[in-house]
Amino acid sequence: MSRRITISLAFLGCAFAASDPFSKKLSHNLQIAHALNRLSFGARPGDAEAVKKLGLKKWIHRQLHPGTLAENPQLEEKLASLKTINLSASEMAAAYPPPQVIKAMAEGKLALPDEPDQREHVAALVTLYKRRQNGSNEKLTPAQRKSLLLNPPPGQTVAGELVEAKLYRATYSERQLQEVLADFWFNHFNVYVDKGADRYLTTSYERDAIRPHVLGKFRDLLHATATHPAMLFYLDNWQSTIVAKGKAKGLNENYARELMELHTLGVDGGYTQQDVVEVARCFTGWTIRPASGTRGRAGLYGGEFFYNPRLHDNGEKTVLGVRIPAGGGQKDGEQVLDILVHHPSTASFLARKLATRFVADDPPAALVERMASKFRGTDGDLTKVMALMFESKEFWSEGAYQSKMKSPLELVVSAVRATGADLERPLALANLLKTMGQPLYRKQEPTGYSNNGEDWTNSASLLARMNFAVALEENKAPGVRTAKSAAVNLRAPEFQKR
Amino acid sequence: MNRRIFVKTSGLALFGTGAIPGWLARAAEGQKTRKKVLVTIFQRGAMDGLHAVVPYGDPRYKPLRPTLAITDSLNLDGFFGLHPALAPLKPIWDAKQLAIIEAVGSPDPTRSHFDAQDYMESGTPGLKATRDGWLNRALPSDAASPVRAVAVGPDLPRMLRGKQPAVALNSVREFQVRDAMAAREFESSFASSSMADLSRETFEAVRILKSLPAADSKVTYPASRLGQSLKEIARLIKADVGLEVAFADMGGWDTHVNEAPRLAQLLGEFGGALAAFWQDLGDRLDDVAVVTMSEFGRTAKENGSRGTDHGHANVMFAFGGGIQGGCIHGKWPGLAPENLHERRDLAVTTDFRTVLSPLVSSHLGNHAANVFPGFTPEPFTLFGAAASQPTNGARRE
Repeated sequence: MSRRITISLAFLGCAFAASDPFSKKLSHNLQIAHALNRLSFGARPGDAEAVKKLGLKKWIHRQLHPGTLAENPQLEEKLASLKTINLSASEMAAAYPPPQVIKAMAEGKLALPDEPDQREHVAALVTLYKRRQNGSNEKLTPAQRKSLLLNPPPGQTVAGELVEAKLYRATYSERQLQEVLADFWFNHFNVYVDKGADRYLTTSYERDAIRPHVLGKFRDLLHATATHPAMLFYLDNWQSTIVAKGKAKGLNENYARELMELHTLGVDGGYTQQDVVEVARCFTGWTIRPASGTRGRAGLYGGEFFYNPRLHDNGEKTVLGVRIPAGGGQKDGEQVLDILVHHPSTASFLARKLATRFVADDPPAALVERMASKFRGTDGDLTKVMALMFESKEFWSEGAYQSKMKSPLELVVSAVRATGADLERPLALANLLKTMGQPLYRKQEPTGYSNNGEDWTNSASLLARMNFAVALEENKAPGVRTAKSAAVNLRAPEFQKR
Repeated sequence: MNRRIFVKTSGLALFGTGAIPGWLARAAEGQKTRKKVLVTIFQRGAMDGLHAVVPYGDPRYKPLRPTLAITDSLNLDGFFGLHPALAPLKPIWDAKQLAIIEAVGSPDPTRSHFDAQDYMESGTPGLKATRDGWLNRALPSDAASPVRAVAVGPDLPRMLRGKQPAVALNSVREFQVRDAMAAREFESSFASSSMADLSRETFEAVRILKSLPAADSKVTYPASRLGQSLKEIARLIKADVGLEVAFADMGGWDTHVNEAPRLAQLLGEFGGALAAFWQDLGDRLDDVAVVTMSEFGRTAKENGSRGTDHGHANVMFAFGGGIQGGCIHGKWPGLAPENLHERRDLAVTTDFRTVLSPLVSSHLGNHAANVFPGFTPEPFTLFGAAASQPTNGARRE
């Protein structure tokens, strides 16, 4: 379609340019609303005035440089109530032990945590385990019994707080673009929190591998995901080894394929099944070192990246036509990441995906090409690519305005923000998102959730959205306290769009 | 059935929607018999078909799967056996109703989940530009019930998207705007928005489902998502609301690592849900055909992590609607290296559209050529006496 438009422009001149909605300039008084719809999770009462006062350009610049923005104290207070979000994976596995770790503790292979409250609780879990498993008669102390009553199971705390932190940040953060991008890039490099050890690794994955790089260099983002145990576990690379050598068992293609199809080149980016095998060979030995003092599965929950040369296939490989000489060791994988980052398909694939999120479901090809070219020219500098997009005529066009159907997350958070409501129990909202088809951190497939607004339109979703609008207005929405009525009409069809 | 429709008709009149839709009028006049229904089930993630329906008679099977080979499968025909967790399906096979189609898949060689699912749902392998799904195109275009096409779940799948209205619902119970006044307000404000069609179709369906008789199933469905989805579909079928096609899906089949325990659980859920549906529908199954599919199969050889990677051909299950069961349909290509696709995956000997075409034409009464444009099905007998067709019986090495 966009190609057709280009042709008609070429032949018929500028008179017909007006028929292309991406050439029609968005009227000035809609620009602030548009920017707030796209760079944030929706306007709060007073946001539009504040942006107007500051100046739209300046506001965008600050959003692109979130370090210059003071964070909302209300957010910091909410986050301070969460106990796990700043722990390392191994600290978390020790303090909030999963069943595998409880087992290791019961068998005396692992020590109890030091912190007194945690120690009491974990000791209670260990006692319960022993009674169930080997018929021990050990009794719970009153303090232990109380602790079990008051606290949810450890794994639930960990995954629950991850979800709570996301909804708090989306709702309250002043660094809105950073939050939108954290959501975008996590979804791009999706992992599934309910897959085994990822229950404990996902917190660190988002915090340490995704968030620091969303406005940095793509190569750093890619490398951080490639070496994070959450990704190594989710796409099984930790198990992929050179074929039949001692304990080594053989290749697993899962990560290699998704790395090219979903993370970099795109499915039509020009790789073959042979490339998948060769890339998988390059990444053999990129595995997980179990948390210290543990053996077996339990250790994965607090694991770290580890290159194991004994599992690596050190033979020669050819990836996308590039020869990777024998004996490269860990550098093989690094070289693959370099090849992929600099491949022209990667720039186009990522530019199109970003433009689909921020401009339109079917973004103009000319814009995508300019963004891709900026990506190539700046060694994948994501801030520069974003800045180009936010300065483009296509972004500020009628074709872009209100053209995107909100995802369930965008709809729910934008409604909470619009009413200035207080998010009291984020997990209740998360439950609602599940019935709307977007359970947070729980997209099982590596594709992540659809970036295309149209995919979120169906009758079940429409009714759920309507019910939510009514409930929020009547202060009956789960987990949310609404003090005053919204400045915008939550029931209006336009509110479903951004 | 006619009485139920009349009740609903008067219900509609109370809502003041004006003229009675043509399909209701015809149904009320008794001109129509019970609708034929096609139920499709998608196993997302690529089920390991060689683990589900075990070709234990193929001498290459065990060597390819040193840790995964199933040794206690439930014998079907002396060559294939069902995974023990699929035991709930055995009675359907024994009743000569369960058809198993082997070595079926897409002619497109992609090993991308996303693309392969997309092709299996659009019904046009290799063509990404197709906008609608084959199950939507499979609907006859005459006036019909607002709930003629239903997907259970929070999303409307690619397969059901298209020109004909199709409804996604989590459950009949949840399918409403709880506040009646707000519902009227929404219906009128959305009628003049860019979501007008979706809104109108949704509220029409809400009105029909509001007056649905209470569920009266005596069968206990498994608590799994697929079990609950099929329970909703059975309820709609039995209520005669004009359902023609239905969709349910089940994820989790992408088993790259330590797949045996995971698949035992998934296959148990899958088999249990299908068996409950079979039992629940009883003789309604004369009008209802069920077919299952998964985007591609998995590597014939197990990988380095007691799992399998992305492969090619897979297995489909089908029953009801006069489908010839108790036999293996299709041609078995064998597991010898030279017979494998790219020397690694079970080869496709039957195009998935060849299996779906008779369901579209003989069962739903639509033209398969319109549903699968540019495709000519191979000779294939899904209905009637398939076992007597020599080209159709699974050929062994």
